[in-house]
Formats: sequence, structure tokens, C-alpha cells
Amino acid sequence: MSTLYAFDYERPTTQADAVRLIQAGGRPLAGGQTLIASMKLHLASPSQLVDLGAIPELVGIRKQGDELVIGAMTCHRDVAESTVVREAIPALAALADLIGDKQIRSMGTIGGSVANNDPAADYPAALLALGATIHTASRKIAADDFFQGLFSTALEEGEIITAIHFPIPQRAAYVKFPQPASLFALIGVFVAQFRKSVRVAVTGGGSGVFRHTAMEAALSRDFSPAAIANVATDVESLSSDLHGSNAYRAHLVSVIAQRAVAGAQG
Amino acid sequence: MGANEFVNKPHIGESVRRVEDARFITGQGNYVDDIVEAGQKYAAFVRSTYPHARLTGVDTSAAEEMPGVIRIFTGKDIAGKCGGLPAGWMIVQVDGAPMKEPQRPFLAIDKVRYVGEPVAMVVADTKEQAQNAIESVMVDYDPLDPVIDVHKAANGPALHAEAPDNRCYKWGIGDKAGVDAAFTKAAHITKIDLINNRMIPNAMEPRAANATFSRATGESTLYTTSQNPHLVRLLMCANILQIPETKLRVVAPDVGGGFGSKINVYPEDVGVVWASRALNCPVKWTAERSESFLSDTHGRDHHTHAEMAMDKDGHFLALRVHSDVNLGAYLATFGPAVPTYMYATLLAGQYKTPQLYAEVDAWFTNTAPVDAYRGAGRPEASYVVERIVTRCGWELGLSQDEIRRRNFITEYPYQTPVAMQYDTGDWPKCLDEANKLAEVDSFDQRRKASEAKGLRRGIGYSSYVEACGMGPSRIVGQLGARAGLYESGEVRVNPTGSVTVFTGTHSHGQGHETAFAQLVAARLGVAIENVEVVHGDTNRIPFGMGTYGSRSLAVGGGAIMKALDKIEEKAKKIAAHLLEASDADIEFENGQLTVKGTDKKISFGEVALAAYVPHNYPLEKLEPGLDETAFFDPPNFTFPGGTYICEVEIDPATGVVTIDRFTCVDDFGVIVNPMLVDGQVHGGVMQGIGQALLEEGVYDQETGQLLTGSFMDYTMPRAINLPNFRIGTVCTPCTSNPIGSKGAGEAGAIGAPPAVINAVLDALKPLGVNDIDMPATPFHVWTAIHNAKA
Ligand SMILES: Cc1cc2nc3c(=O)[nH]c(=O)nc-3n(C[C@H](O)[C@H](O)[C@H](O)COP(=O)(O)OP(=O)(O)OC[C@H]3O[C@@H](n4cnc5c(N)ncnc54)[C@H](O)[C@@H]3O)c2cc1C
Repeated sequence: MSTLYAFDYERPTTQADAVRLIQAGGRPLAGGQTLIASMKLHLASPSQLVDLGAIPELVGIRKQGDELVIGAMTCHRDVAESTVVREAIPALAALADLIGDKQIRSMGTIGGSVANNDPAADYPAALLALGATIHTASRKIAADDFFQGLFSTALEEGEIITAIHFPIPQRAAYVKFPQPASLFALIGVFVAQFRKSVRVAVTGGGSGVFRHTAMEAALSRDFSPAAIANVATDVESLSSDLHGSNAYRAHLVSVIAQRAVAGAQG
Repeated sequence: MGANEFVNKPHIGESVRRVEDARFITGQGNYVDDIVEAGQKYAAFVRSTYPHARLTGVDTSAAEEMPGVIRIFTGKDIAGKCGGLPAGWMIVQVDGAPMKEPQRPFLAIDKVRYVGEPVAMVVADTKEQAQNAIESVMVDYDPLDPVIDVHKAANGPALHAEAPDNRCYKWGIGDKAGVDAAFTKAAHITKIDLINNRMIPNAMEPRAANATFSRATGESTLYTTSQNPHLVRLLMCANILQIPETKLRVVAPDVGGGFGSKINVYPEDVGVVWASRALNCPVKWTAERSESFLSDTHGRDHHTHAEMAMDKDGHFLALRVHSDVNLGAYLATFGPAVPTYMYATLLAGQYKTPQLYAEVDAWFTNTAPVDAYRGAGRPEASYVVERIVTRCGWELGLSQDEIRRRNFITEYPYQTPVAMQYDTGDWPKCLDEANKLAEVDSFDQRRKASEAKGLRRGIGYSSYVEACGMGPSRIVGQLGARAGLYESGEVRVNPTGSVTVFTGTHSHGQGHETAFAQLVAARLGVAIENVEVVHGDTNRIPFGMGTYGSRSLAVGGGAIMKALDKIEEKAKKIAAHLLEASDADIEFENGQLTVKGTDKKISFGEVALAAYVPHNYPLEKLEPGLDETAFFDPPNFTFPGGTYICEVEIDPATGVVTIDRFTCVDDFGVIVNPMLVDGQVHGGVMQGIGQALLEEGVYDQETGQLLTGSFMDYTMPRAINLPNFRIGTVCTPCTSNPIGSKGAGEAGAIGAPPAVINAVLDALKPLGVNDIDMPATPFHVWTAIHNAKA
């Protein structure tokens, strides 16, 4: 179906107004790259859309102390092109540049992607590997607590994401192996090395982004591709479909993670 | 005029820019969905969500109450009042019995047979209202087990009462006993099993239909996305609606790609005409992309076993082929012909294979109907031949080049053991040229360089031949076609010397408006801008058979050439009168008619004017006007062919196949516009590579649901998947049409897949991989490597 059911449309200019509308049952609309498509397919039929696109405090990129802060309504393209992001966390800019195509990157937002938590989306891998904090209008949620598998998150009814706060790693890299048709991640691995720890997050495995603790342990001892060449991934926890069996996905996690580590080494 | 004289004419062989592009790239094309009639109403179709079920009830009452709904039609409304959608070919089985030909009503009556089959049609004031209302139509299904796998079809529940074992036909061609005898003498036999994967065409413009009706005259007009409007009118009038042709006008305006999926008469075409006649208002339907996936005809889907018998030196003695082919749930317009006459007759390939026998079992399954898709039968044939030929070479220790060269046909005309007679060709030359362009000499260096990076490199050959230019009516009639396959052309010279050409072929992206204008400009010396090409409207063009099978220039151009012969002849007579000379002394060159050996001449424009203002004119022996129609029925098919060489690099760690270079050398006979031909080759090769590496229509074996129902799962080729192509041509003019052209529209899709897969296997052989099916996706390649290791 390409026709949407009828709905009301609001475009508040302050965060407070937006929160009020959403708490009254309105559905947040960011770039619409997921939401509008699901409305066209009649998979979603919100009666009111609350467009977050006119709220200045939700947009923007800044360095704040030892954190990089990206407003929820910042589009993928702005992240990809930002000199602030490129200097602080070049892997994050590179990741943003791998999302969809130019049109998608000009519309889709980091807040929308994170709230949606598609099991093959790219940003969740970055948030989890970097240990980011998700700021909502009412609280702060650690990435480790935020992503709860397949399209589900810690967000509560009526809660909106306002910004993402990223700690800045010593080095990091993201390698994405695209699913041939959709070009979402069949497997994507984000590796980040901090002074005291290494974090590895995998997206595309099937049931949502996850940390690869065995690889983290191996890389904490020796940050090199060879260190994880023989680290196994639990095949049963991964999914199988037309584009790859769980065995293939598990194999890709290993290959792609090694490439990510090599990438981070520069 | 013959090909030899014609090639030297101005504009022939010139890359004239496409005259149609100005309107397309400025958004001024006129597609079916652009057409909005006064009082326009909209249709939407309720489609079966089950692959196989009895229809026990369709309750439209709630939907009828929805806003804007005018009427809802179900199978009950049409049962007994409307004919089924007919198949255009009758196939006679090996035992002499006719194929099984079940009815295909445009709305399901008592059973549904594939997911996406139309069950009811809602007509409403707006498109939104129609689409919203279909969700309120309550359909009761009594589900039956679906038949998805052709190998299990014989034992599955019957789709149609007419075919209890689900077999539409068992058909064969060639000398079975001769083949069996040859196999007993073989020094070596090479065997292969392969699957030609199901394709979903995905033309850029989805299908659409808009029908209007005049109660005053009883006439309907159907605007539809068709490759052959006259055929739609013929089948609709004669078989389905049973009204005279004078009461239906079919217009296929600008159409955005067809690839075979728009040669069919579709249920929705009939539906909008039916509804507009019943409701006395214009009714339009435009497919959503998700409807296209489910309900456009799909392509290919063959499962084949082949065996080649050879002598000790690798000379082919006999080829034996058996294919199980999937026809889908119903016979599409060309459905039965594609896996028989358009397939098995090409199994000789470019080779002297003295004996050949092919047998085809064609099955009904609970999947979308299968019909022609770019190449239609010939890609399936070239895939069998070129895969087994390469394997023969490997088994005998001969290079891909050598095994081909040893078996090439070198003398023409050549009668194959499977009905075709090749008129011209030069296969060794195509192979030589391709080797050069592909820089095969330095392949080993490139292979070593890849290996140094941990990658595998392989090279694959494909020396294809195909049959185009359908096609001799007498022959296709003997083969079961229910229509003739000539083409028509009318050349209307206007009083001031501009020219309007009416063609029975149809352009849906090919560039006929340019190529056909070049023919006229070459022959009559008028400027290309002063030629207008009209196609796609049964009220304007003479009866013709449309565009498919790369037939437009060879057959449609042939008709225009014959009409131009008549125009030239008449122009000479008029000029002879005006110049006071005899007809035989007039020469016609570059738009001037000259008295031989003198400087007495007159321009073609002046002759045209005299024909329409016949004040000084030989009225006693010549009619006024300068307007000629010709029909051209070629004496034979045309046989384009060539050699494609693909070089791939494979990352064994991920299974990713990268095409590093792709070389095509084609013999298309005489080329009118090289740029248009390059475009056809690019598009065809792209689709061939798509089939080989990316695309596959997959149904769930248990549920019968289409798993690749959107671009999220069905991989369309993208520009990033490809290198620049290296393209060359060889020309041996075709002898069966006045232009000498062979057809270029499908070659790429026919030649490319085996070249790609042969290259993939060449790269993977050292890893112990002997076989892989299309599409060679990263997952499939990795699995093949992984299994070979195990
Ligand atoms: C063709 C295509 C290709 C794509 N490829 C990729 C890819 O390769 N990788 C990838 O990661 N993604 C991909 N995407 C998804 C894209 O990144 C989207 O931008 C993203 O998934 C959703 O972001 P959005 O801003 O468009 O959100 P919307 O579609 O507007 O919203 C998505 C959901 O989030 C909710 N929401 C939005 N903003 C907020 C907020 N601030 N707080 C709380 N809830 C909110 C909405 O209510 C909705 O439920 C692709 C999309 C398309 C259409």
C-alpha cells in the first residue's frame, strides 16, 4: 500500500510542547525513513504525528569535556560530514556515511535510528561499543541498558530521546558487511579501545545489537586481529535467513571483527 | 533495398542522440499513471494471501459501506460471463496430446492458486478509498497444501482438475534414439545439474491500466503498460470479452521498461475494462511495487540435468538435456512457448553437436505465472550449453577457449539438430576479439597478484547464440503459435516533406523513435528531426505484434524498409513525370531525385508536395499522395551471437565476488545506432550479472509466501556492482531482413550468466569447489567453499 491512513500532524517548536503532545499519545516523527514506510505498509497507523524537526535544541553536534554530544534530530549526513565528529571519533563519522544512501542520510536521524533499534541498524553498534549514554527528556540511560533486542528499547511510553553522549575512545573502527539487497548490516562490528578497556559490539546478528565479551577480553590483553582470530561466536544466538545462515553470520563476526581491529590500528 | 547497399547510407552506424530523451529527462513523458480522465475512478485488488486454497466465501458487505466505494466485483460476478486469459501458444506433447490448458479467470472463482492472485476488485472515488476498502473485504479460504517445488509437483495436490499430476506437458525435440546411440560410442561423458534461478523482472515503471467507456458508441479505450497493444486488443476482444476489435482501442503510451513482463494480458487489464463498462466511468489501477513482486510474471525457474558425449579429443558427439520447468499457477501469454521452442531449439549453441535430444516437463505450481524475461528461453539454453561446455573442457584438460574452438560451427548456413538454421556468423572471430579485449594473455599475472592479496581470481567464457527477430509466421505456426509474427510499418510522407512512421512494434525504452527515424533519414534524405515515429495506439498504427524477442529493428525495421521501397518507387515515378524522363532513369540519393547522367534534379520535398497538390501529376496512371504500408514476415529467425569473458576476484573469507572486468564481443549484424546498441548490451549484461550474482525470487517451501517480496530482500543490481564493460562487435550481416540486423536487446542477459559462473568456478576450483548455483551471493560462495573444506 502506498496510501497512509489519515492522521493529525503537529510540529511543535519547543521540547516541552513536544513532550506534552507525545505523552498525550502522539507519535514522534524524526526523519520518517522508518516510520513513514511502515505507515505506507499499514504496519503502523498513528492517529497523531509529532514532528520533532522544528525544535532547535534537539539538533547539533558539540564536544563537551571528554564527550561528544549529538542531538537526537541530527541527520546521518551531518554526522558524517562534521569535522567535530571526524576529529573526536572518526569511526562514528565513517559509520554514518555507510547508512543507506544520500537521501536516507539527509533525512534519517540518530535519535530515530536509536529509538527504532532495528537489529541490522548501524548506530546501535556504535552506541554500545562506545558506551554511550542516551539522554531523554527525563533521564539518562546507559547504552548497555538501553538496547533490549529486536526493535525494543528502555524507552517508555511518551519518552523522547534528546541527545546521545559519546565517550571519546583512544581508537575505534566500524566495519560493515552489507546484506546484498537492503545494504543494512548483515554483520557490522564496532570496536573501541579506551584507556582501560576494549568494547566490541555486533549488529546484524539477528536479535539485536550485542557486546562480544569474549573478543573484548582477548583484545584487552592484545589489541590485534590475531588475538581474536580464534575467538568463537555463539552460533545458536544468531539468526538464519535467505542472506546467511547463523554459521555464516558467526564466521562473518570473526572476519569482520578482525578487519575492524586492523582498521582501528590504522 | 538490401543490407549491403543500406549500410553505406548516411546516418547508418551513427550514434544519433535519442530524440525521445528530451521529454523523458524533463519529466514530460506520458505514462499510463499520468493519464487522468474526467470523472476518473480507481480500482484496487484484493489479493489472495494463500498460495493454494478453496474460496469458500467473499463477503464484501462491510467494504461496500466504506466511504467512496462504488462497486466491488468478485469471481461470482464474472463466472460464465467472461472468457479466461488465454495462452498464446499450444504445445503438443511427446505422446501427441495437447498441453493441459486450464482456465484463468481474471478474478478467482472457486480456488486461489498463488499468493497475490486477484480475488476481488474494489472501485472507489479515490485511490486511497479503494485501497482502504480492500482491507475490509472478508475472504474465507479453505487452505490446501501448496505445491512449490517442481520436483514434488507430481505428487502434490492438483492445482487444476485438468492436470491431476500438475504437469502441463511433457515435450521433446531432437532424435532420442540417435542421441542414445551416440552416447554408447562416447570416449568421455560430462554431466551437469543446474538451476536457472527465478527472476522477478521489476521494470522501473510498475504496471498500470486505465479504461474508459463510451456508452454512446459502446467503445472502450484501455491505456495500459504493454509491449504489444494490438495483441492485448486481439486477445481481449476475441477470447476474453468477446467484443469486436472496433469496440476496443488499446493504447500503450510511454512505458518504462518491460523485459517481457509486459507482454502479457493481465487480470488487472481485463478488470479495469470490465469495471468501466459495467459502471460507465473511467477506472484506473496502478500497481504498488509490492503488487508487482507478487503479480507480475516471473522469469526462468528451470531445473536441468544435461550430459555431453565426446570423442577422445573433446569433439562433441551428442547432448542430452532434461529440464523440469516451473510455469507457475497458470499459463501466461507466452508461458508455454518460452521453455520449449524458445529454449531447446538453441541448445546446439555455437557448436557442431551432431545429435541432440531435449525433453521438458512443465509443471504447475502455486507461484506467480512465469513468462518471458529478457532473453526468454535463450538465457536458459545458453546457461546449460556454456556451463557444460566449460565443464567438458575442464574434465578433458582443455582450456575454455580450446574446447569451444574445437567444436565451433564454421560453415553457414548451418542446420542444427533442433530445428534452427543459422544463416551467418563468425564465432572464431568473436572469440579472438574477446580474448584481445579482455587481455587474456596477461590473466596469469593478474591471478598471481590477486593470490598475493589472499584473493582468488577466475576467468569465465560464454560463447552464446540466440534466435531473435520473431519470426517467420509459417515456422512459428508449425511450432504452436496462435498468432502470426510479422510486423507492419507505414511511412506517411506529409505534403511538406516531413515524415510520420507508424510501427506495430513498441518502444518501452529501447529508442525506436531514434533508430527508425535514422532509417527514414538514410533512405529519403530528410532530416531526423522531420521524422516522427508513432507507436503504441491501435487506432493509429497498423496491426502489428509489438516488441519482445529483440524483433523490432529486424522485423519492424524490415517492414519500414519495405514501405520505404514503395515510397521510393512512387517518388521516382512522380519525379520522372516532373522531370520529363522515364521512371527507370531516375536515381534517388540524399534526398534528391536526379535524371541519370544529367544535372536535372528535383528534391524529395518537391515530389512530396506534388503528390499532395497534384496539379502537374500523372493522375491517369498514379494515385495522389505518398503514404505506403508494408508488412514484413521474415523468412527465418536472426541469430545474434558472440563471446563474453568475465573476470572475477573472490574474497574467500567472506564469499564476496567482485567483477573485475567484463568483455563482450557481439555479432548483431548491421548496426544502425551503436550508442543504442551499447545501451542494450549494458542493460542486458547488467541483468545477466544480476541473475548470476544477486537476484533470486524465493518462495517459502512450506507456506508458499514470497520471501523476496521487496527490495529489502530481492537484490537489484546497482552500478556499484559493476566495472566498466569492454565492448566490441563483429558484423556478419543477417540474410533474412533488408537491414541485415540481428537484434541486440537480450544478448547481454543471455551471454552473461554462464560467463560469470564459469569465472566463479574457475576461481574456486583450487579450493575444491566444483559447482555453485546462481545467484553466487557471498553466502552461497562461502557455503560452497566451507562445504568443500569439510
Ligand atoms: C532505503 C533505506 C535504507 C536504510 N539503510 C540503513 C542502513 O544501512 N543502516 C541503518 O542503520 N539504517 C538504515 N536505514 C534506516 C535509517 O537510518 C532511518 O533513518 C532510521 O532507521 C530511522 O530514523 P528516522 O530519523 O528516519 O526516524 P523515524 O522513521 O521518523 O522514526 C523511527 C521510530 O523512532 C521513533 N522516534 C524518532 N525519533 C525519536 C526520538 N527522538 N525519541 C523517541 N522516539 C523517536 C519514531 O516514533 C519511530 O517509531 C535505512 C532506511 C531506508 C529507508
